Amino acid sequence: MEILVCVKRVPTVGGKIAVTPDGQEVDTRMSGFSISPHEECAVEEAVQITERAGGSVSVLTLGPEAAVEQLRGALALGAGRAVLLETDGREFGPIATAAAIAAEVRAHGYDLVLLGNEAADTGDYQVGIRLAHELGWPVATGIKNLSVSPDGVVARREYRGVEEAYQLPLPAVITVKEGINLPRYPSLPGRLRAKRAAVERSSPAGAAEGLRKEALRVPASDKHQATMLGNGAEAVPDLVRVLDELGILS
Amino acid sequence: MSVLCLVELDGADPADVSLRALTLGRTLGDSSIGVVVFADSASVPVSALADYGVTDAYVIEPGTLEGYAPQAWGRILAGLAAETGATAVLAAGTDRGNEVLAHLGAITGLPMAANCTVVTPDGGRTHRIVRHRWAGLLLEEAVMEAPVALFTVATDAVAPVPAAVSAEKPASLQVHVHKPELAEADLVVRAAESAGRAGGASLATARVVVGGGRGVGGADGFAPLEELAELLGGVVGVSRVVTSEGWRPHRQQVGQTGTKITPELYLACGISGAIQHIAGCAGAKHIIAINTDPDAPILAHADYAVIGDLHQVIPALVAALRAR
Repeated sequence: MEILVCVKRVPTVGGKIAVTPDGQEVDTRMSGFSISPHEECAVEEAVQITERAGGSVSVLTLGPEAAVEQLRGALALGAGRAVLLETDGREFGPIATAAAIAAEVRAHGYDLVLLGNEAADTGDYQVGIRLAHELGWPVATGIKNLSVSPDGVVARREYRGVEEAYQLPLPAVITVKEGINLPRYPSLPGRLRAKRAAVERSSPAGAAEGLRKEALRVPASDKHQATMLGNGAEAVPDLVRVLDELGILS
Repeated sequence: MSVLCLVELDGADPADVSLRALTLGRTLGDSSIGVVVFADSASVPVSALADYGVTDAYVIEPGTLEGYAPQAWGRILAGLAAETGATAVLAAGTDRGNEVLAHLGAITGLPMAANCTVVTPDGGRTHRIVRHRWAGLLLEEAVMEAPVALFTVATDAVAPVPAAVSAEKPASLQVHVHKPELAEADLVVRAAESAGRAGGASLATARVVVGGGRGVGGADGFAPLEELAELLGGVVGVSRVVTSEGWRPHRQQVGQTGTKITPELYLACGISGAIQHIAGCAGAKHIIAINTDPDAPILAHADYAVIGDLHQVIPALVAALRAR
């Protein structure tokens, strides 16, 4: 089973999110970067599949040179090969992103492509689906449980309390959500191997899309000062009074 | 100028999120707004839809297409958009709405903007859009240039408002039973549905959520939170670090990659308040934080705060409530 996992480098935002003065980017001076959460699970899922059924995992990202950090992160978890589709740092829209990934899929050949359901930052909810249409492959999204056999995959998710099971022939595109598994921590040998591994590179051409970002902003805040009810267990009588006032105890 | 909206049903009624989408969609066309409903034509909520200004309902019956098939749904929307000359096609920003509109975008080659809060026509093929990034923690202002604007409406962005009873509101709604021809390839991926996880109050709809974070300290620290949640008629929710550590199952996670909650009360215990967590709990009517750190970010989102160790505060609170 040849699996490609597509990951995205996103800022690790903590207690606060801010925008650069020109309103074009998230201010990342105070933050690190990580693989977008759903995709971290996609990497883990791919590694688990190949541990059971054999095959290999390639990891791909589209982004700046710095995104090699995230490729090495995925290599440390068990991916065997890394591909950087290098950009000059400008955002690719979902149409151009899907086209660039499709070119890599056609050039290398895969049985299964895994992505996250949506990237934590842009939240476009469509790259996996556009990729599948480019390739003429079936696609299932938002998957929380996946079982793979040589003839195909069964992909499961829940929607409004109803379980949905999808049966897809291979090759296929699957987008997953966090919760499908619990990603492992990288092992020391894994990290050492990742550090030395080669990264294949190419520079896809982007293209302007019909949806153009003008600016980012933080929504008007309803931040306020919390009313202090006191310290430790001494605060409990006031806490009970507040619960009562809020109608929680009735 | 006509507009087409995918409407999901919640039992016999239009889903609340679909009515919100319709409220926004109605402002884009100048005459008609059509809806696409996958249901038996006898069970289409005609009057509820007419109240929201809908003029035409295109109904795809189970005899034509049984069950949910995302690509087929996208194909049907593409066909109806062309047939009706729609200049905008929209859906609620649910998992399903985003999925179907993404298929529609891929089929037509047009851009699709997910989870919009504002969409304004700006002449010709142009729409000005405000949409969610980071699950709504950031807003993106964007311009869409396309012959047909495709987008979904963030589920909490627009209040559902029926159309005014006047010229805007048509006398009647026409139901069209639509029988599209479907290609085999569009039907390959189709849901087999079965009952979901049974039992327990749902996190998404709970009236009270008792949240536990890193401060709980480990997998065996949740019993007092469970006890408190039960006393308050609520459920336990947790932060991402708790599920990443494997202390609790992912289905209890509140946040950007978990569940968005909308309780009367969210009691956040030992949760620092990473912004991805706030994305999940900002819909709570009231937030009370219990935290050892008076500078924890959660306090900026809380209405009330207790500074202290949850391991002392919660048992004392449980005892006080039991004594009442």
